[in-house]
Amino acid sequence: MIEIKNLNKSFGNKPILKDISVVFERGKANLIIGQSGSGKTVLLKCIVGLHNADSGEIIYDGIIFNKLNSKEKREIRRQIGMLFQGGALFDSNTVEENIMFPLDMFTDMGLEEKKERVDFCLKRVTLINVNKLYPAELSGGMQKRVAIARAIALKPRYLFCDEPNSGLDPKSSIVIDNLIKEITEELNITTIVNTHDMNSVMEIGKKVVFIYEGEKAWEGSNKDILESDNKLLNDFVFATNLTRRLKKV
Amino acid sequence: MGFFYQVGKYFIFLRKVFAKPEKASMYYWQIIKELVKLGVNSIGIVLIISIFIGAVITIQTAINITNPLFPHYLISLTVRDSILLEFSSTVVALILAGKVGSNIASEIGTMRVTEQIDALEIFGVNSASYLALPKIAAAMIFNPFLTVMSMFIGILGGWIAGVASGAVTSEEFIYGVQYAFVPYYVIYGLIKAEVFAFIITSVSAFNGYYVSGGSLEVGRASTKAVVYSSVVILFFNVILTLLLLA
Repeated sequence: MIEIKNLNKSFGNKPILKDISVVFERGKANLIIGQSGSGKTVLLKCIVGLHNADSGEIIYDGIIFNKLNSKEKREIRRQIGMLFQGGALFDSNTVEENIMFPLDMFTDMGLEEKKERVDFCLKRVTLINVNKLYPAELSGGMQKRVAIARAIALKPRYLFCDEPNSGLDPKSSIVIDNLIKEITEELNITTIVNTHDMNSVMEIGKKVVFIYEGEKAWEGSNKDILESDNKLLNDFVFATNLTRRLKKV
Repeated sequence: MGFFYQVGKYFIFLRKVFAKPEKASMYYWQIIKELVKLGVNSIGIVLIISIFIGAVITIQTAINITNPLFPHYLISLTVRDSILLEFSSTVVALILAGKVGSNIASEIGTMRVTEQIDALEIFGVNSASYLALPKIAAAMIFNPFLTVMSMFIGILGGWIAGVASGAVTSEEFIYGVQYAFVPYYVIYGLIKAEVFAFIITSVSAFNGYYVSGGSLEVGRASTKAVVYSSVVILFFNVILTLLLLA
């Protein structure tokens, strides 16, 4: 479980996150939604410590993360898997080397054992015979799946996904969404997904937090969205003709 | 104020770079890769430039020594000392600042803007150390070899040009190269090569590491890396000359 208490973050004089408090539960896909520029990515980066919060607390299973020193933070980060918007695979390494990287760095596994783990992770994200390919040789969807495989290589306790569906076609998006949901339930981990993809919200959003101009404007489940009378949320979620029809049904 | 801020930031970056590595074996393999990328791949350009500069120094010296009282072996003596004292350490370092420095800044800068550095941080890796330390170590291991190679090839280029142009005979040239030879000049050149290798890699890695934005900023960081490395090299060239030769 990850708990955020009264989190504030500014860049210069511009406040980006304003007094955000929220609990992200274990074993569920927790979604943060909001318009571009609403502060979703900054919130996610504050949670993983890539940005330092100005005030407030970020609590990982009882440990106040943002009060730790950098060495202690690194220990927590080794329990984190993260899927970045662009995949963030290491360009100069093959798929196998990318997934093996955390295993090389933080385990004493032998080569065969590491290769088995790589194959297992790739199989889990339904990719085969790509071990020796470089990221540039893969499609966008495949890169995202390799990034998920790399994120789960060390069996993380926390999984963060920043816009996992950006740049993907609807069918590939569904594959990624289902993978995130299945892995979260299988490993019983705390997963936080940043998205503005409404399909993801409806498919996997067991818990949804809506951020508007840096403030938490709403929270609930994907089912609650259909019933909500929050104007800001409705304007965002039901912005298209298709979703407006869904609301009416 | 901006200057002092950047200098302070650079030293904080260096402190991160020289923190204890997470797993030494990973760094070992990175150093091997960087030795090839930064060192072996620079041999060609160093050889070409050294041979031509040696030839040019010989021809220019021969043209300028017009007094018949000056012996011809002074030409190769001048070539030798110019190459040992200045060319093979400082000029080669400036050339490598262009080739290696821009390469390092653009590689690390691209990793920054494509979130690969963030991915390293999320894994709990000290990204500054993992990315910069192997490059610094590889350059400091390999640059003395490049310098020694440049010294030999530069003098060889001078000999070929001198003999081919008829400015000096082979015997005179060889005599001049051996005449009043000060072995300390080689050590002086190697000390400078080590310091310059550190400057090129650390300044360039620093410029790449703190890129924010997109491809335009990566290009700017690459240019800054070359300019700043060159200026710092020239500054330390004066300092080292005063310390080691004066």
